[in-house]
Amino acid sequence: MNGSRIRSYFVAFAKGYIRNPVGLFFTLIFPIILILIFGAVFANSGSVTVPLYVENLDHNSPASVAFLAALNSTGAVRVDVISPTAGNLSTYLAKNSETAGLVIPDGFQAALVNRTHVNVVVFTNPSAASEAGIVIGAVTGVENAFNLEEAKGSVIVSSSYLNVGSRIYTYIDYLIPGLIGFSILTSPMFSMVNISSTWKRDKLFRQLSLTPLTRAEWLTAAMLWYVLLAIVAALVMIFVGRSVFGAHVSVVAWMFPFLVAGPVLFVSVGLIAGSVSKTPETAAVIGNVILFPMMFLSGTFFPVSSFPAYLQTVAHILPLYYVIEGLNNGILFANGAGALQDLIVVVVVATVLFLVAISVFSWREN
Amino acid sequence: MTAAVEVEKLVKTYGSVRAVDGIDFTIETGEVFAFLGPNGAGKTTTVEILEGIRPSTSGQVRVMGRDPWKEGRELQRKIGVIPQDFHFFPKLNSREAIDLYAGLFGVPSRAKELLDRVELSDKADALFENLSGGQKQKLGLALALVNDPQLCFLDEPTTGLDPRARRAIWAVIRGLKAEGRTVFLTTHYLEEAQLLADRIAIINLGHIIAAGAPSEIINRYGRPERLRIVADPALAEPLRRQLGLPVDVQNGAISVELHAKGDALKVLSWVESSGYSYSSFSTAQDTLEDVFIRLVGVSDHSALDLAPEGDSA
Ligand SMILES: Nc1ncnc2c1ncn2[C@@H]1O[C@H](COP(=O)(O)OP(=O)(O)OP(=O)(O)O)[C@@H](O)[C@H]1O
Ligand SMILES: [Mg+2]
Repeated sequence: MNGSRIRSYFVAFAKGYIRNPVGLFFTLIFPIILILIFGAVFANSGSVTVPLYVENLDHNSPASVAFLAALNSTGAVRVDVISPTAGNLSTYLAKNSETAGLVIPDGFQAALVNRTHVNVVVFTNPSAASEAGIVIGAVTGVENAFNLEEAKGSVIVSSSYLNVGSRIYTYIDYLIPGLIGFSILTSPMFSMVNISSTWKRDKLFRQLSLTPLTRAEWLTAAMLWYVLLAIVAALVMIFVGRSVFGAHVSVVAWMFPFLVAGPVLFVSVGLIAGSVSKTPETAAVIGNVILFPMMFLSGTFFPVSSFPAYLQTVAHILPLYYVIEGLNNGILFANGAGALQDLIVVVVVATVLFLVAISVFSWREN
Repeated sequence: MTAAVEVEKLVKTYGSVRAVDGIDFTIETGEVFAFLGPNGAGKTTTVEILEGIRPSTSGQVRVMGRDPWKEGRELQRKIGVIPQDFHFFPKLNSREAIDLYAGLFGVPSRAKELLDRVELSDKADALFENLSGGQKQKLGLALALVNDPQLCFLDEPTTGLDPRARRAIWAVIRGLKAEGRTVFLTTHYLEEAQLLADRIAIINLGHIIAAGAPSEIINRYGRPERLRIVADPALAEPLRRQLGLPVDVQNGAISVELHAKGDALKVLSWVESSGYSYSSFSTAQDTLEDVFIRLVGVSDHSALDLAPEGDSA
C-alpha cells in the first residue's frame, strides 16, 4: 500500500466521478429531490397532540384521575397511563422514543386533602422544544386550576421538570436517515457494478495493471471516495432536512462509523455483482435485483416498524436495514447501545463481503 | 550488448486454439524490432506475455532479464506500453492522464514535454472521450513514456490513423531509437516495419515464418527483379521461347524475370524488333509487401491493411 499512489488515483477517480452527471445526480441530487417530495407530501402528518406517558403512583386516587382528566381535556396532550415502571419512566420513554412523561407521586390525593405541598415530575426533551413547551404549559395550567380550586389559591401542587432523551418523530425525521442510507447504498452499487464489468471490457484494468498501482490500492482509493461521498451526502441531507422541514436531525458522531462501513459494504456487493457476471448487461440486471428490494425494504422511505410483520422479517436480513437502523439510533434516538449493535452487524457483513469481493474480483482476464 | 527480450519455444493456447505455437526470437538492446503479421497471427498474445499481463502456456521468456509473469510488477516499472485498442478514463483530460500516470509511477509529471513530443499539446485540456482515434493513440504513446522506459512495447500504434498522424508517431519512434531505447513494435503495415525496424519477424498462425533485417528478408524471400511490359499478351509466348526467361501474364501486363544484368536490355530490344506494339514498361522489385503476401499465403490484398502511401524520408 502506497499513500501517494492511492492519492493520485483517488484524485483521478474523483474527477471522473464528478464529471459524470449521472453518478452525482444519484448520490446527491436525487435523494434531495426525494426529501423535498416526501417531505412536502407528509409534512403535516406529525401529531398535534403530544402523547404524555403517565405513571400514576397514587393508586388511581380520584384526585389523581381528575388531574389527568383535566390534562387530557386541554387537547394539548394525550394522556396515556402506563403500568408503573418502578421509578424508571425516563428510561421507558427513551426506549420507546417518546418525548414526554409525568409521574404523579404516591400521596398526591392525601396532600390535597391535608393541604400539604406535593410535587409532580414532568419529563420533557429539550431538543423537542415545541413539544416540551406544550407539555409544560398544559401541566402548569392544570396545576394552577387545581391550586385555585382545591387549595383556594395557595400552592399545593407544583411540578419539577426533568429531561428525557426522547422525542416525537415526524415522518421527515425518519426520512433523513433513510435517505442517507439510500445514498450509501446506491452510489457505490451503481458505479461499482458498472466499473467492475465495463472496465474489463474497455481494458482499463489492464491499463492500470501496467502501472505500479495495486488492486488493493485501487480498491482503497475507490472506497475512500465513496466514504467521502456518503459523508457529503449525509451532511447535505441533514442540512436540507433541518432547514426546509425543521427535521429533528443533527450531525452526531455515531453516524460516521456507518458512513464508513456502509460504503465499504456496498462497494463490495457491487464488485461481486460485477465480477460474477459475464457482460455489463448481466451485471446491471444482477445489480438491480440486489438494489431495489434492499432499497424499499430496509426502511429507506418508511420506518420498518410500520411494515407488516413478514416484511419486517425480510428487512432484518438486509444489510441496509442495519445501516439505516444504526443511523436512526445515532441521529434520532441518541441510542448508542442500539447503534453499536447495528454497527457490529454492518462491520461483520462488510468484512465478509469485502473478503469475498477481493477474492472474486480480478483485473486480469482468464 | 545484452538482449532486451529473449523468447524460446514460446507457446500460448486458448483452449484448442494455438495462438502462439513455439516461437523463438531475441531483441537486442537499442533496436527497433517489428512483429509483422495478419489479424489473429498471435502478435498481441506474444506482446502481452512479454509485458507480464498474460501467462504463457510453455516456453522461456526473459524481458530485461526477468520472468515477466512472475516479476511483472518490477518489470512494468521499467517498460512502456501502448496496448492495442488503447483506452483510458473517458473523463480525464490528456494532462490529467499523464499526471495520474506520473503519480502512479512516482515520477515527476512531464505532461507538457510529453504532449509536445507526441504533438498533442493543443488537446491537453480535452477529455479523453472527446479525442479522435489518432489523438488517443498519441496520448497512449505519451503515457507509455511517462516512466522513461528503456523498453517500449507498441502494439499497433498507428492502426487506423491518417498518414499525417502516422508520421508523427513514426517520428516519435525514431526519437526513441535515437535515445537508445529498445522498441518492440507490432504492425500490419509492411511499410512501417520496413521504415522503422532494424529487424522484422513475420508471424502467421502463431509461427514465425521469416525473420531478419528488412533487406535480408526481401533478398531471401523476394523474387528476382522483373521487367513489366504493358503490351499485347500474345507477346508472352514468343518472348518466353526466344529468351528462355520466366514470363508471366498478370492484369494485362507481361512480367519477365530478370536473371542477369543485361537481361532487361535483351528483352527490350527483342520486343522493339518483334513488331508487337507495347505502351509502357517498367522494372519492379519485390517489396516487403510482396514477400509478406507470398509468405503469409494471402493472395487477396484486401485482407490486409496496406499503408495508403509511402514515406519519402
Ligand atoms: N482471450 C482469448 N481467448 C481465446 N482466444 C484468443 C484470446 N485472445 C486471442 N485469441 C486468439 O488467439 C489468436 C491470436 O490472437 P492475437 O490477438 O494475438 O492476434 P494478433 O496478431 O494481435 O491479431 P490482430 O492483428 O488482429 O491484433 C487469434 O486466433 C485469437 O482469436
Ligand atoms: Mg493484436
